[in-house]
Amino acid sequence: MFRSLLLLPLLLPAYARAQSPDDCFACHEDKTLKGKRAGRAISVYVDRKAFAASVHAAVSCTDCHTDLEKKELPHDEDLAPVACGTCHSEEEKKHAASLHGKAVARKDPLAPRCSSCHGYHDILPVKDPRSAVAPQRIPFVCGSCHREGAPVQTQRNIHQSNILENYSESIHGEGLLKKGLVVTATCVSCHTAHDILPHTDPRSSIARRNIASTCARCHMLIEQVHQKVIKGALWEKEQHVLPACVDCHQPHKARRVFYDQGMASKDCLRCHEKRDIKAKDGRSLYVDQAELSNSIHVKQACSQCHSGVTPSRVRACETLTQKVDCGSCHVETVQLYQQSTHGQLVAKSDPNGPTCRECHGTHGMLGKRNPQSVTFPTKVPDLCARCHRQGQKATVRYTGTERQIVERYTESIHGKGLLKSGLVVTATCTNCHTAHRVLPRADTRSSVNPWNLPETCGTCHSGIQEQFAQSIHSPRVTRTDKQLPVCEDCHSAHRIRRADEDGFKLTIMDQCGKCHEDIAKTYFDTYHGKVSQLGYTKTAKCYDCHGAHDILPVANPRRISAARTWSKPAGNATRAQPGGLRVTSLTQPTTTPPSIPGCSGRSGE
Amino acid sequence: MTALLIGTFTVSGAHTLMWLPRAVQMRRQNAGAQAETHAMEYERFSRLNRILHVLMIVSFISLALTGMTLKFSYTRWAGALSRLLGGYETAGYIHRFAAGVMIGVFVAHIYDLVRRKRATRTTWKSVLFGPNTMLPTKKDLSDFVGSIKWFLGLGRRPQYGRWTYWEKFDYFAVFWGIFVIGSTGLTLWFSEFFTRFLPGWLLNVATIIHSDEALLATGFIFTVHFFNTHLRPEKFPMDIVVFTGRMPIEELKRDKPEEYEALVASGELEKHLVEPYPPIVVRTIRFFAWAALSIGFLIVVAIVYAMLFAYR
Repeated sequence: MFRSLLLLPLLLPAYARAQSPDDCFACHEDKTLKGKRAGRAISVYVDRKAFAASVHAAVSCTDCHTDLEKKELPHDEDLAPVACGTCHSEEEKKHAASLHGKAVARKDPLAPRCSSCHGYHDILPVKDPRSAVAPQRIPFVCGSCHREGAPVQTQRNIHQSNILENYSESIHGEGLLKKGLVVTATCVSCHTAHDILPHTDPRSSIARRNIASTCARCHMLIEQVHQKVIKGALWEKEQHVLPACVDCHQPHKARRVFYDQGMASKDCLRCHEKRDIKAKDGRSLYVDQAELSNSIHVKQACSQCHSGVTPSRVRACETLTQKVDCGSCHVETVQLYQQSTHGQLVAKSDPNGPTCRECHGTHGMLGKRNPQSVTFPTKVPDLCARCHRQGQKATVRYTGTERQIVERYTESIHGKGLLKSGLVVTATCTNCHTAHRVLPRADTRSSVNPWNLPETCGTCHSGIQEQFAQSIHSPRVTRTDKQLPVCEDCHSAHRIRRADEDGFKLTIMDQCGKCHEDIAKTYFDTYHGKVSQLGYTKTAKCYDCHGAHDILPVANPRRISAARTWSKPAGNATRAQPGGLRVTSLTQPTTTPPSIPGCSGRSGE
Repeated sequence: MTALLIGTFTVSGAHTLMWLPRAVQMRRQNAGAQAETHAMEYERFSRLNRILHVLMIVSFISLALTGMTLKFSYTRWAGALSRLLGGYETAGYIHRFAAGVMIGVFVAHIYDLVRRKRATRTTWKSVLFGPNTMLPTKKDLSDFVGSIKWFLGLGRRPQYGRWTYWEKFDYFAVFWGIFVIGSTGLTLWFSEFFTRFLPGWLLNVATIIHSDEALLATGFIFTVHFFNTHLRPEKFPMDIVVFTGRMPIEELKRDKPEEYEALVASGELEKHLVEPYPPIVVRTIRFFAWAALSIGFLIVVAIVYAMLFAYR
C-alpha cells in the first residue's frame, strides 16, 4: 500500500528547463532527497542504474510523469499518478474490469495497482528471471497479499484459505518451487495476469464452465483420459452437469490423488448413510459415516474405489459392474498378493482364499500404524490366527509339519516381545512371511524358503546372516546334496526361544544331533554330555566349542577355538601337555577330526 | 568288562537262588529258639571294625547315589536325584568326599591289621594262614562243594568256620573295588596330573572301568551281599551283628559251628562274651540299618529300570 502511494509523485526540483532524464537525475540521484506527499516526508530517490537496466530505460521521465511536461524545474511536489495505460492500454482495460481494478476504483486501500506487482523504476521484462513477475516469483507476488494472515485474506471476502501453502504443496507448486519447472502452472496460469475475475463470473478463467479449457491449456486432451468418469459427449455440450476439474482436483491443492471431495462421497452417502439400505440379495449396503471418517481412506472419494460410476445418472452407481480393485492404487502390493498362496486361491475362486478385505476390512480400514487397526503389529498374530489357528480353515488345508502355530508363536521370544512387552518392532507373522507375498516354505520365492530364510531373519538379526554365510552350514561353503540346516532347524519355526535360556541351551544338543548323530552319541558319553543331559547348562555344549552361527570348516584357521587359551599339541597327540586337560570322548568316530585344537587323546591315537 | 559283570552276577545269583529253599527250611527249624534275651552274647566284631563298616556304608551309598546320576543321566530320576543332591557340582563334591572317606576306611583297616598283629605278637604266617584267616583255604573249597551238595539235598550243612567262603568273597570284593574303582577314580579326579605321564586315551578307559566296576560293586552289594547276610530267611529281615558286634551264643553255635567248637576247646569263649546293648541302642541301629537297606534296594530298582526300560 505504502509503495503504491510512493509511486504517485515524483517530486522533481523546480528547474525551469529541465526535461531530459539527466536533468531529473541531477536531483533524484540524491539518496537523501525528500519530498512531501499528503503532508508526510517520503524519499524521492531514484536508482539510476536500476532504471537504466529496466524495460523502460529508453522512455523519458516525463513520458510517464506527464504532468511534468514542459514544467519548470524544480517542480511541484504533488504529482499525479502515473498512467501505465497510456502505453499498456489492453492491460489497463483488463485490470480495470478485474477484481483488483474494481477495488482500486472503490478506493480500497488494499487494492493492487500496476506497481504493486510490477514495481516502479526498476521494472524488468517478464522473461527476465529476476523480474518480479517471472513465473517462479509469481506465487510470492500474489502471496504478498494472498498468503494466510495477510490483510487481504483477513479483511476481504476471499473464499479460499491457505492458498499459498496449499499451492506450494500441490503438484504445481512442487514443480515450480522444488523442481524449477517454469512452465508449470503458477497463479497467473489459471487466474490470468490482469483480468482476474471471481469464479462466479461466466467470463472468468476459473468459472465452472471455463475451468476445463483453462486446465486443458496445459493438460491437453485430458478429457479423453477422464472419459471413464465423465461422458465424453457431455464434455463440450453440457459442462454444467459434469464435475469440473476442481471438483476432484481441488483448486490450489491439485495433486495426484488428493481428491478431497468429489461427486461421490456426498452424493453416495445420501443413500448409503441409511441404515436399512439393502442390496437385492439382502446384503446391507449401509456405510457408517463415522467409520469412514476415521478410515485411512477418508480422503478418497467413493468413486475412486467403486470405479465405473456414471455421475450424470441419478443413481450414479447403477453402472457399477466390478468389485473394488485395490490394485488401481496399490499396484505393487496387489501384484505381490497375486503371487501369494492367498492370491492364487482367490484366483481359483476358492472360498477359503482371503481377499484384501478379509485382512484389511472395508470402509473402516485403518493404517497399519494405527493401534486400533487389525494390521497393527500387536494385532497381526490374531489376524492371521483367524484362519491359521489349529482347526481353522487354513490348518485344514495345510499339509506341512508345523502345528499349534499361533500358540507356539505366542510362547516364543517374538510372541512374548510383541504381546507381553509391546515391542512393535519385534517379528510378527508378516515380518517373516511377508504381508502380501505369502508363499509356502517349499516355494523357492518364499521368504521362509530355506534358501531365503537367513536373509529374512537377517533383516532384524543384523550380522548373523553374514556369520552364517561363512559357516560350514552355508550352502556356499559346503556343497552337498543333503539338506543343510538354516535358522529354523535349530531355532524352530515358531516356538523360537531365547538362546540364553536353559531350555534352548539344552535342546540345542539334540538339534545338532539330528544331523550329527554319531558325534552327539559320543558327546553324551562324556562328562560334558552327561551333565548336560541332567539338565545343567554349565558344562560345554556343542556351540561352546564350535560356535553358533559362525561354525567354520575344520581346515579354516579362523575357526572359533579354545586354542586362544589352549596350546595346540605339537606332533604326538599323546605327548604330555603341561597344564592342558585332555578332553576325550569314549568312541569318537574316526572320520571326525578333533573338535578342539589342544585337546588330544582320542581313543585310537 | 561286561563278561565280568555277567559272570559274577550269574554265579552269585545262582548260588543265592539255590540257597533259598534250604534257608527257608532252617528258618522253620529255628522258629521257636529265640527266647533268652538278656544272656551274655559273643562279640564277633571289634568296635573299630563296626565303626569302619558304618563309614563304609555311608560312603558307599553316597558314592553310588552321586555316581549314578551321571551314569544314568538319560533317565528322569537321575535328573531329579542330581537336583536333590544339590546339583551336579555338589554331587561331585559329595562323591569325592565319600571317596576320601572310603579310602580312609581302607587305610584304617590295613593299619588295624598291622597294629593287631603287633599287639598279639604273632607272625604274618599265623595271621595269613591261621585258622581265622581271610584268605581262601582248602576248607573254603570243600565248604563250597559241601554247600552246593547241601543245597541240592545231597549232604549235610557244612561246618562253617569264623569266616565263610561267601564272607571272604565279599571281603576281597572290597579290596578289588578299592583298587580298581579307586585308582580309576583318582585318575579322573587328578586327570591333569596323571596325563603328565599317561596317554590321554587312558582317561576314556578309566571312565569305562570306573563306571562299569561301580555298577558291579553296587549291584553285588545291594543284591548278593544283602541276601547272604540279611535277606536269607533264617536272618530275615536283617542281621545287625555288624553294627552291634554281638551275636547270641546259640546263633554262633548254629552258624559257625567250627569256630564255636574251637573256642570251647581252647576255653577262650568266656573271654569274648559281653553284655548285650540296651534296646534303645539296638532300635537306633535297626533304624540306621533299615535306612541303608532301603536306599540300597531303591538304587537296585533304579538301576534295573534304567538299564532295562530307559536305556537308549
